[in-house]
Amino acid sequence: MDSKGLMMKGISMIFPGVKALDGIDFSAKKGEVHALIGANGAGKSTLMKILSGVYVKTSGEIFINGQKLDIQNPMDAKKNGIVIVYQEVDTALIPYLTVAENIMMDYLITEQKSLFIDWRKIQGEAKEAMNKLGLDIDVNRLVSNLTLSEKQMVLIGRAVFHKAEYLILDEPTAPLSVEETDKLFEIIEKVKKRGVSVIFISHRLDEIFKICERITVLRDGKLVGDYDIKTETIDTIVEKMLGRKLESTFPKHDIKVGGKIFEVRHISGDGGINDVNMHVNAGEIVGISGLVGAGKTELMKLLFGASKRYEGEVAIHGNMIAPKTPAAAVRKGLALVPEERRREGIIVQESIETNATLPTLKKYCNGAFMNRSLIKKSSCETIELVGIKAPNEKVPVSKLSGGNQQKVAIGKWIISDAEVFMFDEPTKGVDIGSKAEIYKLIGGLVAKEKGVIYATCEFSEILGLTDRVYVMYNGTIAAELITKNTNEEELLRYSTGGGRDE
Amino acid sequence: MNKLTNGSVLLGSNRKFDVFGFLYKYGTIIVTILAIVYFSVSIEHWFTFGNMTNIFRSVSIVCLIALAMTMSLTVDGFDLSTAATASFAAVIAAKIMIIWQLHPLLAVLLPIAVGCMIGLMNSFLIIKLGISDMLATLSMMFVITGVSITFQQGSAIYNYMPMLEGGVAPGLMSEGFKAIGQKELFEIPIPVFIMLAVAILVHVFLNWTKYGRFLYMTGGNVEAARLSGIPTSKYRTLAYVLSGAIAALAGVVLCARLGSGEVDSAGPYLMDAVAAAYIGFSVLGAGKPNAFGTLLGALLVGILMNGLVMMSFPYYSQNIVKGVVLILGLGLTYYKKKG
Repeated sequence: MDSKGLMMKGISMIFPGVKALDGIDFSAKKGEVHALIGANGAGKSTLMKILSGVYVKTSGEIFINGQKLDIQNPMDAKKNGIVIVYQEVDTALIPYLTVAENIMMDYLITEQKSLFIDWRKIQGEAKEAMNKLGLDIDVNRLVSNLTLSEKQMVLIGRAVFHKAEYLILDEPTAPLSVEETDKLFEIIEKVKKRGVSVIFISHRLDEIFKICERITVLRDGKLVGDYDIKTETIDTIVEKMLGRKLESTFPKHDIKVGGKIFEVRHISGDGGINDVNMHVNAGEIVGISGLVGAGKTELMKLLFGASKRYEGEVAIHGNMIAPKTPAAAVRKGLALVPEERRREGIIVQESIETNATLPTLKKYCNGAFMNRSLIKKSSCETIELVGIKAPNEKVPVSKLSGGNQQKVAIGKWIISDAEVFMFDEPTKGVDIGSKAEIYKLIGGLVAKEKGVIYATCEFSEILGLTDRVYVMYNGTIAAELITKNTNEEELLRYSTGGGRDE
Repeated sequence: MNKLTNGSVLLGSNRKFDVFGFLYKYGTIIVTILAIVYFSVSIEHWFTFGNMTNIFRSVSIVCLIALAMTMSLTVDGFDLSTAATASFAAVIAAKIMIIWQLHPLLAVLLPIAVGCMIGLMNSFLIIKLGISDMLATLSMMFVITGVSITFQQGSAIYNYMPMLEGGVAPGLMSEGFKAIGQKELFEIPIPVFIMLAVAILVHVFLNWTKYGRFLYMTGGNVEAARLSGIPTSKYRTLAYVLSGAIAALAGVVLCARLGSGEVDSAGPYLMDAVAAAYIGFSVLGAGKPNAFGTLLGALLVGILMNGLVMMSFPYYSQNIVKGVVLILGLGLTYYKKKG
C-alpha cells in the first residue's frame, strides 16, 4: 500500500456500555473522493468525529503520509489539514458577520497579532479562497442572508483557505435541492483537482456512484470492506450495508383492516414536502419509511398543521379538513407524538399529571374551572394504561427515564378521542423493554379501529409493525409497499433513490 | 487526613443542600418575617394597625402593576409597558371627568379598554412581527408615554385647572371615583381591597382554570404546547391583553388616589413591580410567576422601604436594599433551576 494519504488503522471506540467502533481500518488517498456509508448507527459519524478530533479514540492509530498522528482535539486535526463540514452548517458560522470574516475566523482568532484588523487583507484572502472554488458569493454579504447551500460553500471555502488536505463532508446533500447538489459536486471536483481528498458521507447511493471513486462500508461498528466503485452496483452495496437479516419480536396483531379513514392528496409544503399522496384505513398501521432527512418528520408536521402547507388536501372520514394549526388538527381528530421528545413532546419541568392531561384538559373542566380530582383520576389511569414507572402522578417528567418520558408523550394522546395517531420515531432513545410496550400500545390503538401512521428510519420496525408502508425519498413518496411482500433490501433501495425504473 | 477532609466536605454539602431546599421554599417568607420582627423590635410603634395599613396602601399600585407583569411572565414573556399603560390610563380617567365631563363609570371602563388595546398591540409586535418581548414592550413604553403626554398637552389634569383657551376646566373628578383611591372600608384603604381582589382573581385564574394552565404550559415549552393542540398564539395574546387591563386598572386607582392625572405618574413604580414579580418566583418554591408570590414580593419591598425610612436610612441608599433582595430571590430561584 502506498503511504501517501491518510490511514486509520484498527480504530476502536468504546462509549460507556457500547462498542461503537470495532477495529476499523480506513484510508483516503490524495485527490480522491471516498464514500463512507452504513445504516444509521453503523459508526460513520463516530469514525469521522475521531478523525476530526471531536472524540478521542479508545485504541488504534492514525497516519498521514506514513507519519503517525496524535489527534486529541479539533485543533490537532486542523493543524494536520483535516477539516469537517457538518450537515448543520449553522453551528460553524456566525450569522451576523460577513462571509469574509467567517472564512477568516480562525485566522482572526489565532494568527491576527496586531491590534487593528487589516480588513483589506481579510477580504482579499477570503475572495481568493472563494475564487479558487469558482464561487461568486460576495464576501461582504452577511452569512445570515445566505442560503443553506451557500453556507456550505462558505465552509468549504474556509477549508480551502486553511489548506485542508482532507475534507470530510457529513451528509452535505441531505438538505439540498437537485441544482444545489449539482453545484456542490462541481465544487467537490474542483477541490479534488487541487489534490484534496474528500471523505463523503451520504445516504443517497445514486450520488455516491456519481462522484466517488472508492467506497468504505461499515455495519454495526465493524468494517465490511473497502471497494472500488466501478466493481459495485447499488444492489451489491445495499447487501453489504445490511448483512444478515434481523429477526424481530413484534407483537402480531390480527386486526381486520376497515375502510379508508384518512386521506392525503397532492400535499406540498414546508420542509421540501412535494406532492405526497397517502391514505390510512381503520385498524391499519401505515409505516413511513426513509432515511434520515428524507422528509418523514416534515411530512408529519405538515399533516398536523404545524408547518405551512402550499397545496393539497387532507380528509378524515371523507370530510375535508385543512389544519392550519395543530389546535385545528387536534379538533379534527389527529394526534402527533413528535420526534423531539424533550423539545416538542413534553414539558419537562411539569408533572406527569399536567403533561398527560394537557391535550384533553377540556374534558376535565366544569366550565373554565379544572376539576382537580378528575384530572388526578385520569392521569392515574393513563399511568396505569401505558405503564409509566413513577412513584406518583405529581412527579416532574424531568425525573423520569427516556422511555417513561416517551410513554407520557404517548399517553397524553392515547386517552384522547383522536381517529388518526401519528408517531414520529417514537422509539428513538428508548430502551428495549419500553420499546416493546410502545409497540403494544400501538397495537391496542388499531384494535380500537383507529388509524396509525408510524414514521421511522429503522427498517426492522417497519417490517415488524406495519401493514403497509410508504417509502420516502427527498420529500416525496418513492414507493408504496405491502409490508409482508417486501424486505429490507427493497426498502433500502427505494429510500436511497434506487429502483425508480421499476 | 485526606479522607477526613473529604468526608466532612461531603457531609457539609449534604447539609447545605437540605438547608438550601428549605430556603428555596420558605426563604422569601422567612426574610419577610425576619424583617417584620426586626422592625417591630427596633422601631417603636412600627407594628401598629395604622402603619400596617399604611404599608399595604403604599404597595397597592406597585402590586397591581406587578400582577400585570406576572400575566406576561406566565407565557415566558415580559411587559415593560405596564407602568406607561397605567400612567396613560390615569390621564384618560382624569380627562374623561374633568375635561369631557363624562360619566365616572366611563372613567373606569374606558382606560381598561385602552389597556386591552395596548396589550393587543404588544402581542401583535411580539407574535406577528416577532420582535423580542423586552424590546417590543420597551418601544411601546416610549410610544405610550409620548402619546399620554401629548394627550394631556404636557401638563397634569386636575380640578379647576386653567385651560389654554382661558377659564378653568369645566368638570370635576367625581367624589365617588376618588373614593376608589382615597376612602377606607373598615379602616382599610380601598386600594388594598382592590389589590387583594385582583391578586385572588389572578391566583384562581392561573391555578384553577384551564386557561391558566394553558398559559403556564405555553410559557413552559411553547413548541410542546403547540403540538399538544394549544393555540399558543391566542394564549400569548391573552396574557398581554390581561397585562394591559390590570395595568390600566392600576392607573385608574392611582388617578383616584392622586385626584389628578399626572405626567408619567406610574413611571417610578416600574422597576419595583419588576422586582416584586421576580421575587415572587421564589415564594414557596414555585419557580415560576405566581400571584401569591408577586403579592408577597411587593409587600416585602414595601415593608423594607417603610421600615428603613422610619429608621432614617437615607432614601438615596434604599435601592441598594431593593437590589439585594431581588438578587436573593432570583438566586434562590435560578440556582435551584440549574441543579
